[in-house]
Amino acid sequence: MKQLMTGNEAIARGCYEAGVTLTAAYPGTPSTEILENMAQYKDDIYSEWSPNEKVAMEVAIGGSIAGARSLAAMKHVGVNVAADPIFTYAYTGVNGGFVFVSADDPGLHSSQNEQDNRYYGKAAKLPVIEPSNSQEAKDFTKEAFEISEKFDVPVMLRVTTRICHSKTPVETAERKEVGIKPYEKNISKFVATPANGRIMHVLLEKKLKELEKFSNETHLNRIEWNDKKIGIVTAGVAYQYAKEVFGEKASYLKIGLSYPMPMDKIKSFAKEVDTLYVIEELEPFMEEQMKAHGIECIGKEKISNIGELSPHVLEEALLGTTPEVLELDENKAVGRPPTMCAGCPHRGFFYELSRKKNIMVTGDIGCYTLGSAEPLNAMDTCICMGASISAGHGAQMAFNKNGVDKKVVGVIGDSTFFHSGITGLLDIVYNKGNAVTVILDNRITGMTGHQQNPGTGYTLMGEKAPIIDIEKMVRACGVEDVQTINPLTLKESKDAIDKALATDEPSVIITKWPCVLKEFTQEDYEEFDLTKSICQVDEEKCTTCKVCGKVGCPAISFGEKAQIDPTMCVGCEVCLQVCPFKAIEKVGE
Amino acid sequence: MKKTKNVLLVGVGGQGIILASKILSQGLINAGYDVKMSEVHGMAQRGGSVTTQVRFGEDVHSPIIGIGQADIIVAFEKMEAYRWLKYLKPDGIAVVNDYAIPSAPTLSGNVPYPESILDDIAAVVKNLTVVKAADLAVELGNIKAQNIVLLGALLKAMAIDDINWEDVLVENIKEKFVPLNKKALAEGMKHV
Repeated sequence: MKQLMTGNEAIARGCYEAGVTLTAAYPGTPSTEILENMAQYKDDIYSEWSPNEKVAMEVAIGGSIAGARSLAAMKHVGVNVAADPIFTYAYTGVNGGFVFVSADDPGLHSSQNEQDNRYYGKAAKLPVIEPSNSQEAKDFTKEAFEISEKFDVPVMLRVTTRICHSKTPVETAERKEVGIKPYEKNISKFVATPANGRIMHVLLEKKLKELEKFSNETHLNRIEWNDKKIGIVTAGVAYQYAKEVFGEKASYLKIGLSYPMPMDKIKSFAKEVDTLYVIEELEPFMEEQMKAHGIECIGKEKISNIGELSPHVLEEALLGTTPEVLELDENKAVGRPPTMCAGCPHRGFFYELSRKKNIMVTGDIGCYTLGSAEPLNAMDTCICMGASISAGHGAQMAFNKNGVDKKVVGVIGDSTFFHSGITGLLDIVYNKGNAVTVILDNRITGMTGHQQNPGTGYTLMGEKAPIIDIEKMVRACGVEDVQTINPLTLKESKDAIDKALATDEPSVIITKWPCVLKEFTQEDYEEFDLTKSICQVDEEKCTTCKVCGKVGCPAISFGEKAQIDPTMCVGCEVCLQVCPFKAIEKVGE
Repeated sequence: MKKTKNVLLVGVGGQGIILASKILSQGLINAGYDVKMSEVHGMAQRGGSVTTQVRFGEDVHSPIIGIGQADIIVAFEKMEAYRWLKYLKPDGIAVVNDYAIPSAPTLSGNVPYPESILDDIAAVVKNLTVVKAADLAVELGNIKAQNIVLLGALLKAMAIDDINWEDVLVENIKEKFVPLNKKALAEGMKHV
């Protein structure tokens, strides 16, 4: 019987059915659930959370060289982090089949940009495969391993948020054991010295020619003939939108292998139809290549390269029809931006940070990016993972050199520190910087939904693991001024910030308290006082001065008096500490 | 059912929308429909708005619903109902939970919560059903069952209440909560 699966579940299932024995990833929306779903196959497949995407990619490359079918998964910006090894692995080729997933996020549902990673396939010279639903996500994952081994190349499986997070029916199959391929030492293949690399490049160009021929023949690129007045070349979820809008009123060339493109097939398809549209989400990746081959087509001149596509976007762009909608006043519904949760251990620290004048706060990627939101506004920048520390150091050195009296504070999470913060911190110490680094250690990878990391004591497959001690690691980087504090205590936070700002040495503050949404471990219960209790307003004492509102807690609202929602409050006491009238008290301990 | 039906569920993280959508999709699959369901949940646990879209019929292509295309909107929170009304067909059905959850701008006191939003909805939606799902769930014993009350209302409003939904409930809900949720489902069906 068919099961409803998300694209991510289906990719994990595809790995299982393809006989894969190793997978690795760093969590990132919309890719995270691929590896979360791998845990159920742990009897057959070794899977891990790696500290970052580059490590994950290299772990999977190692598995592939050793002879195992291996997969790495990451979000689109993760591929930027992992790009270095993949460009060279395209040169060397594989042993066991190798596939990496790039989960792009058109529409920026949960990302800092909406880059189109199909260009990586072209730039790194490796095949790109794009499924358009969960069944294909599973089947194409298996195909990708076949292609990787047949043509001796790494393969990119490119998916998007709507593929990853949509549930569509999937017919599953049994696992096919492929075992491990024999590993033989082969220096000229796997040692990418300049001398070997020159030869590899020639070989790779030859493989691409063969792949182009394959692209014209494979069922992954298929034609559906209907009415020939309109022909549509399309890929990924855009194919589903095109079918929704045009149905049988158009013929389709559905592209599953979008690099190298099946140019001969496209040319003969183009000849048969009156008007040719290229419908692809984000950039004109296919359109540019088709036009370079002299194929007349209509694409981005009508369909925007900004944001997600959808059936109504296509209708408007290509048919000129606008859907009939109710008459509404857009201003009536007040916005609902994400906020730090009630009881979030980051809140108290950011509250104190927001009160400091003349500082620049360089932020990072995680829940704590919400420190930039109203009413705290306690962040100046957020670029990418790790940049809080390294860009913070750069800003501090620029201020110092140019006589600007301003201190820089970089804030980063625990998982993000392991991801790419360590090297930045080394840089501060080595180059004698004086920026302050804050590591917000909430004992879990928070924003992506609670994945384990080197600091949590558990692995992806649920096994106990050594806990990497952040304070020891910071000291090992050469930082001497290290303070580990409880961020729920405002005075402790304030004193730590004051002390760090006053020093001219590299200094680090580690705020340590578990995420309020975390499923607490035995270790958490032993280390932290996690007794359940809540805060309550004493209406006699409350003057409705709204100072407690300045901490930005979603459990606090104002009527006649301040109110604390008892179902949301976890008793973190941050509001209690800021109340000038001692009108908030702890109950239920 | 030749023509694909479009169901949009909207609300706030923590209200049980994803579970309700899962039960709905599973029941429709069991009944032999082609089903596609899409969810946006990246910020769900951080007070952001949550939507899921379920499309079912004989042959469904797009996993998402276009503007002006939803046959029904089920809103777990009333301000969210208004926010998503542009996705409703002009003659579509709206089932709205008479329940307000403040958002960050209203909490800070900068902007008032639009208390009269139900009237604004009634002014434009011809086919509107208001359900006090939270109150009904509390009466049944647990506010968390409001999602299943609303699911019951949805099934009735879409005339797909003839599928064996109780079996799907049993598959998806912890055993000790099954009796409560069966009652919640029946209660929801009564209110359309």
